[in-house]
Amino acid sequence: MSEEHHHGPKKGITRWLFTTNHKDIGTMYLWLSFIMFLFAGSMAMGIRMELFQPGKSLFEPNFFNQLTTLHGLIMVFGAVMPAFVGLANWQIPLMIGAPDMALPRMNNWSFWILPVAFSILASTLFMEGGGPNFGWTFYAPLSTTAPTTPSSTDFFIFSVHLMGMSSIMGSLNIIVTIFNLRAPGMTYMQMPIFVWTWFITAFLLVAVMPVLAGCVTMMLADRHLGTSFFSAAGGGDPILFQHVFWFFGHPEVYIIILPAFGVMSEIIPTFSRKKIFGYHSMVYATAAIAILSFTVWAHHMFTTGMPVIGEIYFMFATMLIAVPTGVKVFNWTATMWKGAMSFEAPMLFAIAFLIMFSIGGFSGLMLAIVPADFQYHDTYFVVAHFHYVMVPGAIFGAIAAVYYWLPKWSGKMYSEFLSKLHFWLSFISLNLVFFPMHFLGLAGMPRRIPDYALQFADFNMICSISAFVFGLSQIFFLFILLKTIYSGKEVREKKTWDGAEGLEWTVATPAPYHTFSTPPKVVPLH
Amino acid sequence: MHNRLTKLIFSFFTLLIISSNAAAEYSLNMTRGVTPISRDIYDLHMTIFWICVVIAVLVFSVMIYAIIFHRKSLGCVPAKFHENTTVEIIWTIVPVFILIGMAWPATKVLIDMEDNSKSDMTIKITGYMWKWHYDYLGQEVRFESNLATPMEQINGREPKGKNYLLEVDNPLVLPINKKIRFITTANDVIHAWWVPALGIKKDAVPGFANEAWAIINKPGIYRGQCAELCGARHGFMPIVVIAKSEFEYEKWLKNQKKK
Repeated sequence: MSEEHHHGPKKGITRWLFTTNHKDIGTMYLWLSFIMFLFAGSMAMGIRMELFQPGKSLFEPNFFNQLTTLHGLIMVFGAVMPAFVGLANWQIPLMIGAPDMALPRMNNWSFWILPVAFSILASTLFMEGGGPNFGWTFYAPLSTTAPTTPSSTDFFIFSVHLMGMSSIMGSLNIIVTIFNLRAPGMTYMQMPIFVWTWFITAFLLVAVMPVLAGCVTMMLADRHLGTSFFSAAGGGDPILFQHVFWFFGHPEVYIIILPAFGVMSEIIPTFSRKKIFGYHSMVYATAAIAILSFTVWAHHMFTTGMPVIGEIYFMFATMLIAVPTGVKVFNWTATMWKGAMSFEAPMLFAIAFLIMFSIGGFSGLMLAIVPADFQYHDTYFVVAHFHYVMVPGAIFGAIAAVYYWLPKWSGKMYSEFLSKLHFWLSFISLNLVFFPMHFLGLAGMPRRIPDYALQFADFNMICSISAFVFGLSQIFFLFILLKTIYSGKEVREKKTWDGAEGLEWTVATPAPYHTFSTPPKVVPLH
Repeated sequence: MHNRLTKLIFSFFTLLIISSNAAAEYSLNMTRGVTPISRDIYDLHMTIFWICVVIAVLVFSVMIYAIIFHRKSLGCVPAKFHENTTVEIIWTIVPVFILIGMAWPATKVLIDMEDNSKSDMTIKITGYMWKWHYDYLGQEVRFESNLATPMEQINGREPKGKNYLLEVDNPLVLPINKKIRFITTANDVIHAWWVPALGIKKDAVPGFANEAWAIINKPGIYRGQCAELCGARHGFMPIVVIAKSEFEYEKWLKNQKKK
């Protein structure tokens, strides 16, 4: 019989540099994502300061374009995606009864590539010509044509390649872990929905990150190797860029939201004290959404001059995604129905998700209607739509997950009063920021402009002030987290929440450095 | 009205309703516009909007009811059900029918919108960084259209005019009641030509020609903006269309040809 080698983690910086422990790596992803969230958030504060009133206030238009570009890039690639990868790292092994991820050393690399990638991206702001200024969607030829395209663009491309490598490696790790390391008795249809959503998301990532890599490489070639992929003068087509980008870009937004859906399917049953309604349908609906997400990319391109038959097809396909998404919303509602609910912080964020994400979904359905889209496209109506699904959607999903699992991770309980305050401040302010944007778009305000006509002034001022409140509320969240970790009430129950089910609630609190070194006994839940 | 609170709420809502009918100052909604297509678009938009409102009210009411009445603090015991195949099939199939109901009128409007045939005249629009070029094909009239708002207004040294950022030196003058075909292209990067009142937004892509059409039913001034990020001054290349009666338009055109 071999001896159990009991030791804690190493001390000091080498612990974090060389760790192969899924809990450590999850923690690092989560902290990185929060730092990036605050960085991208300050870009947003700059945007809202400029847009506080008509007229030029603080920034040259070219710098304003850098703010909007970096806000988008860092929020998508630096905040939201790493946050959910952090949750995947912490939770997937715990939820399937595995001792760690299947490929722990690759896991370390997947993480450490990211600080390098984001340092390169952030440094472009200080390069000659400034940072990327062509929107997070970086359409050609705006992003490929000297001299208006800044020379830092090549570093932007390098940064995107690095992030893509990190995502691909992380996703392969998740797939292999779920294939191979489920504890005996944990069949696929016994896995928690959070594991399912990440399983499906990982396939999406592996499929589309190489497409993004191809896109930025073609860009690099057009910039430096004399190719004309995106230049009509050389026989190419600027619209090709949009097809390739959005073939990545649309699945990307489902990559962002599916793990948040998974979090909802863990939190809502716990605080309703009732099993998730329609477990099987939830799995099938998630798979349907993922498959459909490959078939709708050109709904971002309705104004490019598409043949009418293409417009009709993409309109129908886009509208169809509402069906499986609706199934999920109905199933969450049916989980709450005739439950015995309590409203701790994770549940508050989850309920807000349910209502606000649905509102974002409705504006998405409106956008799918092509003739109407001709009035909405590239206006603040679109900005309103995607911020509703991103902020009270993805971001609230991540925040809810943190409040939900933080006691298990740290053995400390957050202050319910402070977290509720964080919730209400965030919820009210975000609605005041983004709801008026629907009106701004309908009234005719385009996107990505640093200055605007006078009829847009009042709503812009409301958006800006509310945005400052929202930003401060997230600093408050940082304060809550640090207070909890350093001086929160110690909790030792294995099951923090009385309605919780799942393997992560069978280990000690805080979760030991190594868990499930021997596989657990799996009780079928579904 | 019994008390001050009721009076206050009543006056608030009255004010809200009145103000939403008032000038474009507090515009909350899309414009109905002045072309058959812009009106079709507006009607589609409102139809889809109301369908979404009805579905939202239904679904959110169920959630809110549960939040209020199915609470642990009220002593509720959670039910045990966690599936119901019949219900699940119903709420998968019914949305499909609702979507078909939406897609049908949308497809009709779309096919109409994309029928650029049998036009009376054609305008070629070229997007530049950062201005528009208009070319009246076959008429030998062409000119540039630049933002006319002075830098002093943008920099805050002078008070902003009524049409701040929405005024140009040479507007696009068009006749009413004629089918006008617009060809859009660009000289450098992708721009987009958008005039909400005409119901037209079409990308201006370098090296390619896109088409759109409008029949303007009412004389007037209609303003729009570039709707595709095209660099630093993307927000500073507006569009002004002046629609005149046929007689006035011919007069204007003759004048232009003399120049």
